[in-house]
Amino acid sequence: MANLYAARRRKNTATMVLSLAATAFGLGWLVLILGVLLWEGFSGLSLAVFTEMTPPPGSTGGLLNAIMGSLVLTGLAVLIGTPIGILAGTYMAEYGRHDRLTSVVRFINDILLSAPSIVIGLFIYEVMVYPMGHFSGWAGSVALAVIVIPVVVRTTEDMLTLVPDTLREAAASIGLPRSLMIIRIAYRAAKAGMVTGVLLAVARISGETAPLLFTALNNQFWSSNMNAPVASLPVVIFQFALSPYKDWQALAWTGALIITMAVLALSITARALTTTRKQS
Amino acid sequence: MQPAGRRDVVDLALQGGAVRAREAVSRSQALARLRLGDVAFRHLTRAAAVMVLLILSGVILSLVIGSLPAIREFGLGFLFSERWNPVTEKFGAMAPIYGTIVTSLIAMLIAVPIGLMIAMFLTELCPQWLRRPIGTAIELLAGIPSIIYGIWGLFVFAPFLQETLQPFLITVFGEIPVLSSLFAGPPYGIGTLTAGLILAIMVLPFITSISRDVFDAVPPVLKEAAYGLGCTTWEVVRFVVLPYTRVGVIGGIMLGLGRALGETMAVTFVIGNAHRISASVLAPGTTISATIANEFTEAVGDLYTSSLILLGLILFVITFFVLAAARYMLSRINKRIG
Repeated sequence: MANLYAARRRKNTATMVLSLAATAFGLGWLVLILGVLLWEGFSGLSLAVFTEMTPPPGSTGGLLNAIMGSLVLTGLAVLIGTPIGILAGTYMAEYGRHDRLTSVVRFINDILLSAPSIVIGLFIYEVMVYPMGHFSGWAGSVALAVIVIPVVVRTTEDMLTLVPDTLREAAASIGLPRSLMIIRIAYRAAKAGMVTGVLLAVARISGETAPLLFTALNNQFWSSNMNAPVASLPVVIFQFALSPYKDWQALAWTGALIITMAVLALSITARALTTTRKQS
Repeated sequence: MQPAGRRDVVDLALQGGAVRAREAVSRSQALARLRLGDVAFRHLTRAAAVMVLLILSGVILSLVIGSLPAIREFGLGFLFSERWNPVTEKFGAMAPIYGTIVTSLIAMLIAVPIGLMIAMFLTELCPQWLRRPIGTAIELLAGIPSIIYGIWGLFVFAPFLQETLQPFLITVFGEIPVLSSLFAGPPYGIGTLTAGLILAIMVLPFITSISRDVFDAVPPVLKEAAYGLGCTTWEVVRFVVLPYTRVGVIGGIMLGLGRALGETMAVTFVIGNAHRISASVLAPGTTISATIANEFTEAVGDLYTSSLILLGLILFVITFFVLAAARYMLSRINKRIG
């Protein structure tokens, strides 16, 4: 009997130690990756990174056109994707909460949410780049917008579902039309959560590379023409990191540091927004 | 003295009387406008919801149309051919499909047990005040863009493996009959194993956070009953928590698998992009997504492009079914808990 107890206790201790080790292992990667990134990224960080264009091999330069390209592509993608996502989420939570369309859309949306992003790139290539005959910044933004939509749909629906029905009933009882009730009451109540959704979507697309490879392509120079190929940080990192030139590799690390810091800042802000909402 | 508010009300009432005649018309106009806005908004939201469906059908349709030339040329043989020769325009998907499955398998073999262990630690063992920070840190790992894993894998992880783990595996398994072919060849650093390990790090947070969520949803009374019987923590997890959450955990694993199958950038950096199937996991290989990322912009000729799109279609179909199964299972566990 005593043997059995001892054996069970040993087994328990062993698993608990293993689970502790597993956690340390998981967190270790985060530390390792961020550590190397900070080390390599900071050593190449200088003012030139933000003021000069991407250089030809062998000379120095910066990432200005790539940073601007990324900002423009991301901004346009959010402008295109957010309204569609919010409206679709509104339908699912406000009008058709229990109808068939909503459950189908929810299922499809969840699949789009984790669909391989490179397939999205192929899709946009087929419907935009190929018919237009050239790569373009527009195609890149639309590809990113397709990734934004499912994220925003999901959070909008979730957040609107959390709004208490008594608020809606109160609005209806003073004769507010349904559309105004949604815009003035429900949106306002769910605002923090919906903003979080948009922030998460921005975090998601700001590091996306695969869908840009054959939509926005890349551009060595400054370009404000969205009808032409546009440079973006992730694609520049991809190209520079795989090149044999030391200067380019150093710039790739710096670019990687910029993206990671932006993404982490966005996710932490998004997280902070939702926690204050929960506490209030 | 009269309160200010009261006088306002009286004023409004007087005004109302004066403009009543005009108001009858404008009120019905205003109501009509509101009704119109209401209907328009309703249809607008509905159209946006339908748009989500259109995007998915658009993806499938465009991929099918784009891959028609390749389907016509190679037929079903595309799936079973290992050839990939842009010069003679002979293409087959066997090597990328094999690479995709092997790298994902390696990733899942490592990430599933570790992910479940971390989830167990977070729900059963970890002190309350530490749960949130650790959970957040693990989720931050999920937020790091895949290109970062790629550049890190290429410059840090692959050289590290080349010097440590890979020579170790070669010497340890070199003498054992079956395993020796699995770990044969020189340690390149980059290759199938490296890609699998990077994928493991990438899907770990997904599996962890979903398992933690479903573990957390187990009714405390069940666990308390088991503890009351004298079960150890491990026995509670093994015989109460895991059976109760099995569907959800499998759903989480499938979701991670879906990610691993479709992951592009991290793999492209470290897999080596070689179109061949080799028994050794140390050898360079390729995956569907890495092939597309590497070759699509350089593909010349309709057949080459079309073959790459067909690869994309195959990847999409595989991940679609994996993700659909994952969502189905997760919705089942949610129904049970909710």
